[in-house]
Amino acid sequence: MTAVLLPQSLKTTPVLNRWVRFNADRTVSVFSGKVELGQGIETAIAQIAADELDVSLERLFLVAGDTTQSPDEWYTAGSQSIEVGGMAMRLACAEVRSLFLEAAARELEVNVAELTIRDGTIAVAGTDLRTSYWDLAPRVHLARAATGAAPPKAPSQHGLVGKSAPRRDLRAKVTGAAYVHDLELPGMVFGRVLRPPSHSARLAAFDADAVRRLPGVVAVLVSGNFIGLCAEREEQAVRALDAARRAASWEERSLLPATTEARDFLPTLPSMRSLVHRQGEGSTAGSMRRLEASYSKPYIAHASIGPSCALARHDKGRFTILSHTQGSHHLQRQLAQVLGVATDAVEVIHKDGAGCYGHNGADDVALDAALLARACGRPVQVQWTREDELAWAPCGSAMVVRVAASLDATDRIVDWHHEIWSHTHIKRPGWGEGVNLLAAWHMDPPFPVPPARDVPQPTGGADRNSIPLYDFPTQEIAYNFIADMPIRVSALRSLGAFANVFAIESFMDEIAVAAAIDPIEFRLRHLKDARAREVIETVAKAARWTRGEKGDGTRGRGLGFAQYKNRSAFCAVIAEVEVGEILRVKRVFAAVDAGQVINPDGLANQIEGGIVQAISWTLKEQILWDRDRILSRSWGTYPILRFDATPEIEVVILSRPEEPPLGSGECAAGPTAAAVANALFNALGVRARDLPLTPDRIARAME
Amino acid sequence: MADTFKLRVNGRDCEVRAEPDTPLLYILRNDLKLKGTRFGCGEGQCGACNVLFDGNAVPSCDTPLWSAPGHEITTIEGIGGPDAGGLHPVQQAFIDEQAIQCGYCIDGIIISAVALLQREKDPSEGQIASALERNLCRCGTHVRIFRAIRAAARAMREQTKA
Repeated sequence: MTAVLLPQSLKTTPVLNRWVRFNADRTVSVFSGKVELGQGIETAIAQIAADELDVSLERLFLVAGDTTQSPDEWYTAGSQSIEVGGMAMRLACAEVRSLFLEAAARELEVNVAELTIRDGTIAVAGTDLRTSYWDLAPRVHLARAATGAAPPKAPSQHGLVGKSAPRRDLRAKVTGAAYVHDLELPGMVFGRVLRPPSHSARLAAFDADAVRRLPGVVAVLVSGNFIGLCAEREEQAVRALDAARRAASWEERSLLPATTEARDFLPTLPSMRSLVHRQGEGSTAGSMRRLEASYSKPYIAHASIGPSCALARHDKGRFTILSHTQGSHHLQRQLAQVLGVATDAVEVIHKDGAGCYGHNGADDVALDAALLARACGRPVQVQWTREDELAWAPCGSAMVVRVAASLDATDRIVDWHHEIWSHTHIKRPGWGEGVNLLAAWHMDPPFPVPPARDVPQPTGGADRNSIPLYDFPTQEIAYNFIADMPIRVSALRSLGAFANVFAIESFMDEIAVAAAIDPIEFRLRHLKDARAREVIETVAKAARWTRGEKGDGTRGRGLGFAQYKNRSAFCAVIAEVEVGEILRVKRVFAAVDAGQVINPDGLANQIEGGIVQAISWTLKEQILWDRDRILSRSWGTYPILRFDATPEIEVVILSRPEEPPLGSGECAAGPTAAAVANALFNALGVRARDLPLTPDRIARAME
Repeated sequence: MADTFKLRVNGRDCEVRAEPDTPLLYILRNDLKLKGTRFGCGEGQCGACNVLFDGNAVPSCDTPLWSAPGHEITTIEGIGGPDAGGLHPVQQAFIDEQAIQCGYCIDGIIISAVALLQREKDPSEGQIASALERNLCRCGTHVRIFRAIRAAARAMREQTKA
């Protein structure tokens, strides 16, 4: 038998009964570390498990992100929930099924080949002989390590996988309570935290008694630069927070950069250069011309619609935390470290929260709640404010990308150079050393802010998708890593892929224009990968792209393409824009190849949402500051795309049931940004290289 | 000073005791346990806390308690669900169209849509966009939300005909 390479999740948690349990009421519980963020993972993983076990979806329940029950599966991040979490679940269920079939064969004295399973009932074909998972469960021991030896079903045998099963969590979400924000614990009080006005602020004076005297206030906790309070009623907590703001004075320093333009300040900051990738000899002999351009993206906020929230209970040194974290086990260990208790004295139970597909304030507010629960001796719900979420949750790192290329006499690119300036794109709790939780840095004594460490290749952080998929014989990709960051950053959907793909695909368009070649044809001339070619050809066909098509001075179309992380889903996007007083995206076509598709409608929803979110980033979003403070603190000062700017979207999915599933939740972001910028050029002949593409910037680019 | 206020919420009379300037949002969520009305910004800019106030969609976060007596207030729980005799066609359409990702904004959006469809049986795209002028969605489910509202309008027109 050949050894099977187990997915990381199964290596971490190999014991099968940590993945699957048959319950006395003839239901099945499956356990996952991958949590629902709005991407439909709960339904998709249930489909995978139910299909492999041959039980109906109605009988199967998923327990996700609960440190007392679920396997530790790192974070729900990086478009890896199907690729890794789903495939671990598939292998675990295949092995469980195989163990039960062997047991049934023994008890019924038949060969495994004579057995069939339907909705958990195991029968001998052509006879009345039957048993079931639940009948056999007491005698089949799942307290054994997965070997990966049981082959999962062939794609042709899948009944649920590949079907658009409706999301299982939606009915609750359209009728009332559904989120961590909506839960109550007996005796619970309402907590708020007064954050410092800026990153540099130090508390100079605070009149805590002025807050303690207010109606309903139960506790005020002051520790270093951390000020938290609890009150009996929520409006009392809100009033106490206002009073606390007036009762605090802070010393601040003017440490923020003089400009918010990444292009101007990022490359001036101290950085450390490293080579990401090099191939070929680097000789440009024989090349006819050289082009170069510089692109940038600003800091972008996660900006969940619901500010982060957590509930905490503290009882004799033990903590229970209800949280919308993307990494329950990591959060558990970090909380234990800050609270000074053993890891198993902290339970973190995932509950759904407001989405954004990135590292928002979810983990930070969990520590706030734990600290306040311990201080006031009662369960606490802490709710962040809109301002907290925009000004204090980590945001996506700014980036500058300079690209240069040399063309030979036949207009083929013979040399490609890509240079990045950015910070880390991940600073999640549990990533790297130290503690990555906001209150831990503010309390006294503070935990030091740990050094930044970006995601290494082959997936990369700032350098994600910096290696072009195109066949350029000579390439050099470099990353100037800026360790210090003026504002707090961590993982925003797609990490550096957004800016790298925006730069590569904008530049490919610029070169195609310079060479007077249709941009799609120009890309295909440099692209051998068959699946990459097919998504580009498919989107061109869906959009009825005409060779060399030109905009009319108002409307135009453009293409963007990438394979996410150079190893996950392929996505090509054509955007149509209309430029009047503002730039509007009217229509978008996308083609995506995500290998085997578990839930086609769920995939389409992710692609559509990824496109809309990326349009919002591309057209509108940028965190602003003055020398002292972040100024983006409300929807007025941090606008996002509104409903009146909704484009039409058509998604074509290339189905490849025989291929492994490829992570797809983040694949549309970069291609969309490039498609919009290329469409703007196609419409007006104006090249805008610095995001966001606001009317001001477009006007400046026209000068 | 806290005072007693008589409210009419989801067709029922109730009494609450709180400071007069308490945002209606907290009364609905914490006193009446109607949790589908959600905090988003506290400034009336995102629509997550929308309720029907005499049939109009208004943000409950900047509606003070003192202004609520004498008005008919409907939350998502009163639109449809286990306590309202089944799903409203708009809720059903959002499920049918899978017009939800994280869903945190959705109950407020459904409230805006119900208010729109009460006055406009066959709304144009422009009218739907105007009705959602004060709603925000971060997951980017916009296209499906338009589709769900159109589908709900169709279903409601057919219901009226039948």
